[in-house]
Amino acid sequence: MELTTIWFLLVAVLFTGYFILEGFDFGVGMLLPVLGRDDRQRRVLINTIGPVWDGNEVWLITAGGAMFAAFPEWYATLFSGFYLPLLLILLALIARGVAFEYRHKRPEATWKRRWDHAIFWGSAIPALLWGVAFANIFRGVPLDADHEYVGSLIDLLNPYALLGGLTTLGLFLTHGAVFLALKTTGDIRHRAGTLAVTLGVGTAVVAVAFLTWTLTIRANLAAIVLAAGAALALLGALAAARVRREGWAFTGTALAIALAVATLFTALFPNVMPSTADPAGTLTATNAASTPYTLKIMAWVAVVFTPIVLAYQSWTYWVFRKRIGVQNIPQH
Amino acid sequence: MDALDVARWQFGVTTVYHFLFVPLTIGLSVLVAILQTRWHRTGDEKYLKLTKFYGKLFLINFAMGVVTGIVQEFQFGMNWSDYSRFVGDIFGAPLAIEALVAFFLESTFIGLWIFGWDRLPPRLHLASIWAAAIGTNLSAYFILAANSFMQNPVGYRFNPDTGRAELTDFVAVLTNKVALITFPHTLAGAFLVAGALVTTVGLWHLMRRRDNPDTDAYRHATRFGAWVVLISATLVVLTGDIQGKIMTQVQPMKMAAAEGLYTTESPASFSVLTVGSLDGNREIFALKIPYLLSYLGTGDPNGTVHGINDLQAQYASQYGPGSYTPIIPVTYWSFRFMIGFGLAAAAVALLILWTQRKGRTPTNRWLLRAGLIMPVLPLLANSFGWIFTEMGRQPWIVFGEMLTRDGVSRSVSLTEVLTSFTAFTLIYATLAVIEFKLLLRYARAGVPDITPTPDDTDDAERPLAFAY
Ligand code: HDD
Ligand code: HEM
Ligand code: HEM
Repeated sequence: MELTTIWFLLVAVLFTGYFILEGFDFGVGMLLPVLGRDDRQRRVLINTIGPVWDGNEVWLITAGGAMFAAFPEWYATLFSGFYLPLLLILLALIARGVAFEYRHKRPEATWKRRWDHAIFWGSAIPALLWGVAFANIFRGVPLDADHEYVGSLIDLLNPYALLGGLTTLGLFLTHGAVFLALKTTGDIRHRAGTLAVTLGVGTAVVAVAFLTWTLTIRANLAAIVLAAGAALALLGALAAARVRREGWAFTGTALAIALAVATLFTALFPNVMPSTADPAGTLTATNAASTPYTLKIMAWVAVVFTPIVLAYQSWTYWVFRKRIGVQNIPQH
Repeated sequence: MDALDVARWQFGVTTVYHFLFVPLTIGLSVLVAILQTRWHRTGDEKYLKLTKFYGKLFLINFAMGVVTGIVQEFQFGMNWSDYSRFVGDIFGAPLAIEALVAFFLESTFIGLWIFGWDRLPPRLHLASIWAAAIGTNLSAYFILAANSFMQNPVGYRFNPDTGRAELTDFVAVLTNKVALITFPHTLAGAFLVAGALVTTVGLWHLMRRRDNPDTDAYRHATRFGAWVVLISATLVVLTGDIQGKIMTQVQPMKMAAAEGLYTTESPASFSVLTVGSLDGNREIFALKIPYLLSYLGTGDPNGTVHGINDLQAQYASQYGPGSYTPIIPVTYWSFRFMIGFGLAAAAVALLILWTQRKGRTPTNRWLLRAGLIMPVLPLLANSFGWIFTEMGRQPWIVFGEMLTRDGVSRSVSLTEVLTSFTAFTLIYATLAVIEFKLLLRYARAGVPDITPTPDDTDDAERPLAFAY
C-alpha cells in the first residue's frame, strides 16, 4: 500500500477514535441538564467521564498533529478555511475542559450552575459543528488553484452539512445516554436507558437520511456496505438498549459512529478535500501529502506507539469499570 | 492594522498565556511526584498532606495548560496556513509525536492519579504521577524541537518544485543544538516557577500561625521549594550562558539586538542598563561591564561580537533589500527582564533559607511580602525569555527561510482574525481571574486533614476517594 494511503487511513482512524471516545463525553455533557435532576445526580454524570475525558480529547490533538505532519496542505486549508466554526469549537472545548475541573471547587449553587452551562454548551457546540465540518470536507468546498478557501461562512452552512451536524449531535447524544446506562446505577441508569431508546429512534431517522444523501454525492461499493452497516449497528444498539443489554448497546453505538465516519472517509478517498470551485484546487491524499521520508518516519512512530497508547487507555477504562451512583458521591 | 498584525498579536497573547501555566505543570508534576515518593518511602503523614495539598494546586493550574494548548495546536492552521504549508513536512512531525508519545501518557495517567487513590495499589498510584510527570516533561522536548527548527533550521532542504522546506534528516531536527540547550534551560526556568510557588505557600502558612499543627509540613515545604529555586536558578544561568554562545553562532543578529550593539566590537562589554534611546545615536547613560558580552557570546573575553549595522548590511546583500533588524527596545529589555526577574526570585529564596537556618521561623513582614511576590518573578522571567526569543528572530518566522509576513493565512480576513483575537482575549482574561482566585482560595485553605476511609461499608456503597 502507498504511504499516503496508509496515512489517509491513520488520520481516518484517529478521527474515528476521537468521535467514539469524545462522542460519549459530549453526550454526557449534553445530557447533564436532562438526566441530572439535582447536584448529586449531576456529579454522578460528570464522574462517569471524569478520569477519561482528557485522554479522549488527546485523540483530537493527535489527529490534528497527524494531519499537520502527513498532509500539511490539508491541515492548512481546512483550518484556515473553516475558521469561524473551528474558533467556536475551540472556545467550547476551553470552557468545557475548565468546567470539569473547576465545577466542584466551590460550593455555591450559582458557581455550579454556570459551569453546568459551560459543560452543556461546550459539549453541544462541538457535537454539532464537527458534523458540519466533516460533511463539508466530504461534499467539497470552494477552493482556488492554490488550495485557498474562497467561500464564505454561509457556504459552510448548507443543508447537507447541517444535516451532518444533526447526525453527529444525535449519534453522540444516543451514545452518551447508552454510556450512562452502562456506567451508573439506580434511577439515573434507568432513565438513561429509556432516553437512549427515544433519542436513538430520532437519530436513526436523521442518520439514515444523511448517509443516503452522502451516497448520492459520491459512492463506491465499500461505502455503501459501510453505510448499511452503520444503520444496522444503530438499530442493533436500539434493540439492545430496549432490553437493557447495556454493554451490547454501547458496542452498537460505538460501531455505528465508527462505520458512519468510515463511510465518509471511504467515499472521499483518494480526495481529502474536493473543490467545488476550481477543480485544480481539489486536495488529494497525494498532492496534500508530506514527503515519503516524513511519512515513513511518522509511520514507524505510529506503529510503535499507537498500540502502547491503546493498551494503557484500555487499562484505564478497566480500572474505572465500576458503575457509580449517588451513594458513591462524597459529601463535600 | 491588517490581518498580519492581529494574527501576530493573537499568537503572542495566546502563547505567552499558555506559557503562564506550562511551567507550573512541568515543575509541579515532578515536585508532587517527589513528595508522594517520600510519603511512600517513609510513611510520614506530612508528605501525604503536602502531596494532596500541592496536588490540588497543580490540578487547578493543569486544566488551564490543557485547554490553552489546544488553541496552540490549531492556530498554526488557522492563522499561519502558509507557514504550515511551508514547514509542515518538518514541523508537523514533532507536534504529532508530542501528542502521541507525551500528551496521551500525561492526560491518561493524570486521570488515573486524580481518581485512583482508592482504585489502584499504592505503588501503581505513585507510578501514575511519575508517568504523568515524565509525559509532561517529554512534551516540552518535542515542542521545543519544533520551535528550535524555526530558530535554527537544520535537517531539511528547500525544494523549489514544491516551494516548501522538506525533511532530509529527522535525527538532525531532534538533535538540533538549539533544541538540546533550549530544553534544559526551559525546564530549569519551569522548575524555578514551581519551586517558588511551593516556597511561597509554605512560607505564608508558616508565618501566619505560630501554633499551627502542620508547622512541620510547611517548614519542610518552604525549604524544599527554596532549594528547588536555588538549584534551578543555577542551572538556568549555566544553560543560559551556553544558549548565548549558540545564539551568537546561529542568530548573531539576536545577540546584537539583545545588547543594542550597533557596531562590531572586540572586546565587547555587556550593558546592564541604558538610559536614553536605543537607536544607537543618543546614549545618555549606560552601565556597562567590560568584556562580559564577549565572554557571553563567544566564551572568550576578547572575542568579537558583531553589531547590528554590519549584520543588517550582510543580510541585505544575502537576502535582498529590506530590514532584518528586530525591534531593539523589545529585545534589549526583555533579555534584561528575563535575567533580572529570574535572579531576583533566586535572591528571595536564598533569603528565606537563611532566615530559616537551624529551625528558626522567620518573622520579618518584609520577608513575607517578598516571599508573596516571589512566584510572579520567574513567571515574568519566562514570559520575557520567550518574548525575547521570538521577537529577536523577527522578521523571520523560520530564520533565513521564511519571513513572518509570508507565513500568514491568505484566505482569512481581518474581521475573522479580529473576532478570534477578541474572543480568545476575553475568555482568557475571564479564566485568568477565576483560576487565580481559586489558586488563592486553595492555597489559603492549607494542607488537608487525612482521615482514613472507614472500611466497613461494602464496596458498592462506599463514597469515591475523589470525585468532581
Ligand atoms: C525563570 C526563567 C529564566 C531565567 C532566570 C533565565 N532565562 Fe533565559 N530563557 C528563559 C527563561 C529564563 C525561557 C523562557 O525559558 C527561554 C525562552 C526560550 C528558551 O530557550 O528559554 C529563555 C531564552 C534565553 C535565550 C534565548 C535563546 C534563543 O533565542 O536562542 C538566552 C540567550 C538566554 N535565555 C540566556 C539566559 C541567561 C544568560 C540567563 C541568566 C543569566 C537566563 N537566560 C536566565
Ligand atoms: C511557550 C512559549 C512561547 C512564547 C511565550 C512565545 C511567544 C511568541 C511571541 C510573543 C510571538 C510573537 C512575535 C511577533 O509577533 O513578532 C511568537 C511568534 C511565534 N512563535 Fe512563539 N512563543 C513560544 C513558543 C513557541 C513555540 C514552542 C513555537 C513553535 C512550536 C512557536 C512558534 C511561533 C510562531 C509560529 C510564531 C509566529 C507568529 C509571529 O512571529 O508573529 N512559539 N511567539
Ligand atoms: C506553540 C506551540 C505549542 C503548541 C502547539 C502546544 C500544544 C499543546 C496542547 C495541544 C496541549 C494540551 C494537551 C492536552 O490536552 O493534554 C498543551 C499543553 C501543554 N503544553 Fe503546550 N503547546 C505549545 C507550547 C508549549 C511549550 C513551549 C511548552 C513547554 C516548554 C509546552 C508544554 C505544555 C505542557 C507542559 C502542557 C500541559 C498540559 C498537557 O501536557 O497536557 N507547550 N500544549
